Amino acid sequence: MERRPIWYLVGLIAVILAFAVSTTLRGFYITLGSFLTLSILSFLYKDNIFYKAAEHLFVGVSAGYWMVMGFWSVLIPNLIGKLHPPLVRPFVPAIADQPPSYWYFIPAVLGLMLLWRLSPKWPWISRWALAFIVGTTAGLNFIRYMASDLLGQINSTMVPLVVIEGGALDTLTSMSNIVIFLGVFCGLIYFFFSKEHKGAFGVGSRIGIWILMVTFGAGFGYTVMARISLLVGRFQFLLGDWLGILS
Amino acid sequence: MANGERPTFLERVQAIDRRIIFLFVALAVSLPLVFHVIFPEKISPIVSSMFDRIESLPEGSRVLISFDYSPSTVPEVQPMVDAVVRHCAARKQKLYLMALWATGQNITDETIHRVIEKEFPEYRYGEDYLNLGYKSGNQGLINVILTDMKKMYTTDVHGTAIDSIPMMAQIRNLRNFDIIFTFGGGFPGTKEWVLFAGDPGKIPVASGVTAVQAPLLYPYYPSQLLGLMGGIKGAAEYEYELIRRYPRFANVAHPGIDMMGPQAVAHLVIMLFIVIGNIAYFAGRRREAKRQGTP
Amino acid sequence: MRRQVPLIITLIVGAVLIIAAFIPHHPFGRLGENFSLYFDIIAVFAFLLGGGNLVRIHGARFLRGVRTSVQEAKKGGGFWPLKFLVEFPFFAFGGLEDKRGRDWFFSLITLAGFFAMLYAGLFKIGNPDGWQGNVTQPGGLFQEFYQSMFNPLQATMYALLAFFVASASYRAFRAKTLEATILLATAFIILLGRTPAGTYATDWLPSWLDFFHIPNLANWIMAVPNLAGQRAIMIGISLGVIAMSLRVILGVERTYLGADEK
Repeated sequence: MERRPIWYLVGLIAVILAFAVSTTLRGFYITLGSFLTLSILSFLYKDNIFYKAAEHLFVGVSAGYWMVMGFWSVLIPNLIGKLHPPLVRPFVPAIADQPPSYWYFIPAVLGLMLLWRLSPKWPWISRWALAFIVGTTAGLNFIRYMASDLLGQINSTMVPLVVIEGGALDTLTSMSNIVIFLGVFCGLIYFFFSKEHKGAFGVGSRIGIWILMVTFGAGFGYTVMARISLLVGRFQFLLGDWLGILS
Repeated sequence: MANGERPTFLERVQAIDRRIIFLFVALAVSLPLVFHVIFPEKISPIVSSMFDRIESLPEGSRVLISFDYSPSTVPEVQPMVDAVVRHCAARKQKLYLMALWATGQNITDETIHRVIEKEFPEYRYGEDYLNLGYKSGNQGLINVILTDMKKMYTTDVHGTAIDSIPMMAQIRNLRNFDIIFTFGGGFPGTKEWVLFAGDPGKIPVASGVTAVQAPLLYPYYPSQLLGLMGGIKGAAEYEYELIRRYPRFANVAHPGIDMMGPQAVAHLVIMLFIVIGNIAYFAGRRREAKRQGTP
Repeated sequence: MRRQVPLIITLIVGAVLIIAAFIPHHPFGRLGENFSLYFDIIAVFAFLLGGGNLVRIHGARFLRGVRTSVQEAKKGGGFWPLKFLVEFPFFAFGGLEDKRGRDWFFSLITLAGFFAMLYAGLFKIGNPDGWQGNVTQPGGLFQEFYQSMFNPLQATMYALLAFFVASASYRAFRAKTLEATILLATAFIILLGRTPAGTYATDWLPSWLDFFHIPNLANWIMAVPNLAGQRAIMIGISLGVIAMSLRVILGVERTYLGADEK
């Protein structure tokens, strides 16, 4: 049996001591939150057991969290409360006297079929529920993506390229509208893969790449901004809520 | 480091240990926080259009706020939510709070506790604000409540029958709201609200999202999306404008403005790293070319 | 039956929802609404499925690990239960790995977190309003666990990315080509324009050059060229979604049904 260095045990004892002190000063839950935060951050130095433990805890806690939320928010009021309202009287008395609605057997049966996936026997039963989910998603998306993301966006691109305001040319708006129109057009040319990008088509494709590069540059800038904000949030927690050194 | 030569300074710079970069990022974020570095802000047009819409809504307007995010994006999104809730409450609008994300329900409770109950004690539950909580279904949920709210929301989050809540008396579906605010950072979020509620129901939708998502949503503005707050910058702009118009909010927490100090320093540090990385790279390439040119 | 019925379900549900958009009257309007409603409820079973799957995988891994450690303890004679207990902390640090080489002890942590959350939430432990109260009410154990475990763990996982973005930018962000230079220049303008640094850097510009004031330039980039690029991508994606939806509804695309199993 391979034994890990004694330093792991020393580290663990140090953590227990620090935890005991911090709990007394700041309270158990804040200390626990800080400990887990530091455990995750410790990955920056190198992979270690604290990070691994925190990572595994996260997986378990997340799954438990979603199950609880699904149970109390939907399963009880929107399924059991519809099928047999008196059953939910101890939890949601307000809907316990409503008449039952037996149409809800359909989602109940399909839901149970979905859970059949956990069974080693006949896992194909879950396909029926999956087919319902996939069919609904496809039906909903087909219409809405066509209306809002295809036609809606094309419509928004059809803007006047020469804008006259108060009898004079509005240079900035005109330029912006030209960039939008050409940008969308050339961007689409770049995504058109069934024709070789040569000649005039190639020029359009090249402009499309430039526009996309600007888009990705903007995306990168905003991504950096987002990630830094999240880190600031954690530092605010560690330095403020836990250590109490922020004003 | 060719032919077993000792690495030059630039080569060493290029191969710097990533933990040194990590250390600089940590310092860039923590020091401005400790020294409380803050800067003035100016509202941009895309945020301003949101702010102005709330200003123009009459007292008692019905505002739906959807909490579609989780702790992973709370530092970015929560300042926006707090500012908008404050703004709506200051304008005496009716707030309907709901969540497409399960985690949104916890965050709604915290927001009520921290902002509404503490800063607006006159706001009464069920008459001025309502917590509808979380329901599953993502875009399917929006599709259902676009025509009938009560099909999914039979009670509020506390188990009170929806028909007995005064605020719900005039609400049949999403079309009865004057504006929908969606705060989020992924799926389902602003895109789904625009596609499944805003566009088909002709309901004004405004949004506050993480900076990662913001650039993706610009194509919807202004015809399909009323306004957009992107990341902590958007939040800071909104907070600043709120304080400018309502000086009484100068004394409440404004995390958006507070976070812009570390944000600015961290951006500069990252830019500096990119510049150094490029200098080292090009200098190294030049040296390599020279070496190959002169045997 | 195993493949035909799911294909028919998909076809009917998808087609009804599409028809309902064009004929929002009886029976399509009502049917479309109900299908969406059922979808919302079935979605919650996915959460249960996720939890069940987690218990199945981690439970099996943990039991396998315990079995292996008991076998180890039995080796070499002596009172094996005592040996097992004494050596247990060492197993905890990954000293003994299961047959597949994974740290099985961490599966116990996953299961502990899962059941702790279930216990606190399903029984509404410590909830100020008892069984009838809101499960996420401040004061309840579920909310405390959420605040002290779920919240810091998830938030920090994402915050780690700040460090990796910085490191990756340093190593990989090179202005090697014209395209890369455009990307880099845009990123710089946005990074500067979205902080007060940009304001101070070009505050001295005369008003007729206002467009080049970095925050204004950043706003313009976001609202014009970024919009154009994103719109091109959005139109492309929408075409993909529309085509894929049709393929799914018509039964051309069947990968979601998985492999043919007996």
